[in-house]
Amino acid sequence: MTEEKIKLSTQNLNLWFGNKHVLKNINAAFAENKVTALIGPSGCGKSTLLRSFNRMHDLTPDARIEGKLFLESLDLYDKNISVTQVRKRIGMVFQKANPFPKSIYDNINYGLKINDIPQGDRKGIVENALKESYLWEEVKDELNKPATRLSGGQQQRLCIARTVALRPEIILMDEPCSALDPISTLKIEDLIHSLKDKYTIVIVTHNMQQAQRVSDKTIFMYLGDIIEEADTAELFNNPQKELTQNYISGHFG
Amino acid sequence: MISKKTGAFLGWFVLLLCTGTVCFFLGIILADLITKGWPALSWEFISSGPTEGMTTGGILPAIVGTVLTTVITAIFAVPFGVCCAIYLNEYAKDTSFSRLIRASIRNLSGVPSIIYGLFGLALFVQGLSLGTSVLSAGLTLGLLSLPYIITTTEEALRRVPASMREAALGLGATQFESIRDVVLPAALPGILTGVVLTLSRAAGETAPILFTGAAFYITGTSGALNQEFMALPYHLYMLSTQHQAIEQVRPLAYATALVLLIVIVLLNLTAFYIRYKHRNND
Repeated sequence: MTEEKIKLSTQNLNLWFGNKHVLKNINAAFAENKVTALIGPSGCGKSTLLRSFNRMHDLTPDARIEGKLFLESLDLYDKNISVTQVRKRIGMVFQKANPFPKSIYDNINYGLKINDIPQGDRKGIVENALKESYLWEEVKDELNKPATRLSGGQQQRLCIARTVALRPEIILMDEPCSALDPISTLKIEDLIHSLKDKYTIVIVTHNMQQAQRVSDKTIFMYLGDIIEEADTAELFNNPQKELTQNYISGHFG
Repeated sequence: MISKKTGAFLGWFVLLLCTGTVCFFLGIILADLITKGWPALSWEFISSGPTEGMTTGGILPAIVGTVLTTVITAIFAVPFGVCCAIYLNEYAKDTSFSRLIRASIRNLSGVPSIIYGLFGLALFVQGLSLGTSVLSAGLTLGLLSLPYIITTTEEALRRVPASMREAALGLGATQFESIRDVVLPAALPGILTGVVLTLSRAAGETAPILFTGAAFYITGTSGALNQEFMALPYHLYMLSTQHQAIEQVRPLAYATALVLLIVIVLLNLTAFYIRYKHRNND
């Protein structure tokens, strides 16, 4: 077995919202060009963990973080690192598709603009991003249409296109299919498969079939702790802990 | 015990009765204004100044004065109010201090307008030696408008979903960029509606301009900011209660009221238009 390169990791990560201890001493590692699924019942801290990588808790007034998070060897919370740089390297796709109330083209162009990508390069990048996200064929003739008129699944793929246009190293996905119909969900899952050649993906999901379909590794969390982590097939077929067994067989969650 | 059906009918009837009563009085006011004001309304009335002790002639200086003060009010109150609301809603932490500030701003919008007039007299007319002038009156109306603009703008900003802000931040936008490029454009129709409604209210105010620059009678329409001016609401007050020949000028008073009403309806229509246009763009 070849040695995996660790792309993203945490070291004794603890997180509180006010007095509530949401992440308890998390030590996790995410391998390069793999899809890692975070599963667990509601409130187990999986979304919170995901959002701490691109520092989305920075603006939450009562959030407090201890411990370290690394992108390769870069300390993500180092005082000399700007949060905008972190977010350019670690992109995020949210639970509910949130396109800007702008045209399809401008939705992707906006990220390029604020990250100072030269004007001349932008058109090509927009086209590429749409192709990479399997959306190009559906929208190539109406790039000036408001993005809000796209279907839910198309909007979510546009949000993925918007993220990959910036060539991040990591893509965080927070239940990206929870608001979509089965066909749109399958399209996004196909997309995730094709994206992992270029990107390292961490996906939070409530859907255990989805975790098995898209991920290489799975981490099961419960009440702020990591209970078990393993290759996806291993974790689902041969869970080591009783709690994991109970969760994946649907006894709670 | 009344039956379910009778109860339902009674409920419906009381609601209808209240609505009908309100509409009835509104209709009476409008009909009265239009029937008595319309005959005196003419192009000459809105394009010339008053003549012969205001018993004849028009109200052009008052229209110009009201428009000028409203413009000054807008220049002063809109940028300050909108920026203040952005800070309060987007940056200020939710502490007891920021809550106190917010509550104070709400309370300010309940302060009687005559108090703003006295404050404007003390601050602008005397304190800053701006004299009784268009500028003083415009600034005083600006103070009066600030709490409304701040409150409506904050309301509009709060309606922009958090997911929009996160989308921009997630792409590497700074908080300022996300506000400038995403939050503000999304909130703009709501902000503009609030601004227009506030300004139309300011345009109709009498008390704050009473001590700060509105004049009984001036001849020219110079438009100078350091001069006293005539204003529609004050002119109306004066024609209907202070004039020595009240019976004679009554038609002019009605026509003035009608003009003031039309100016405010036009401003309100702008607000409707903005909202209508935005709804079609969604």
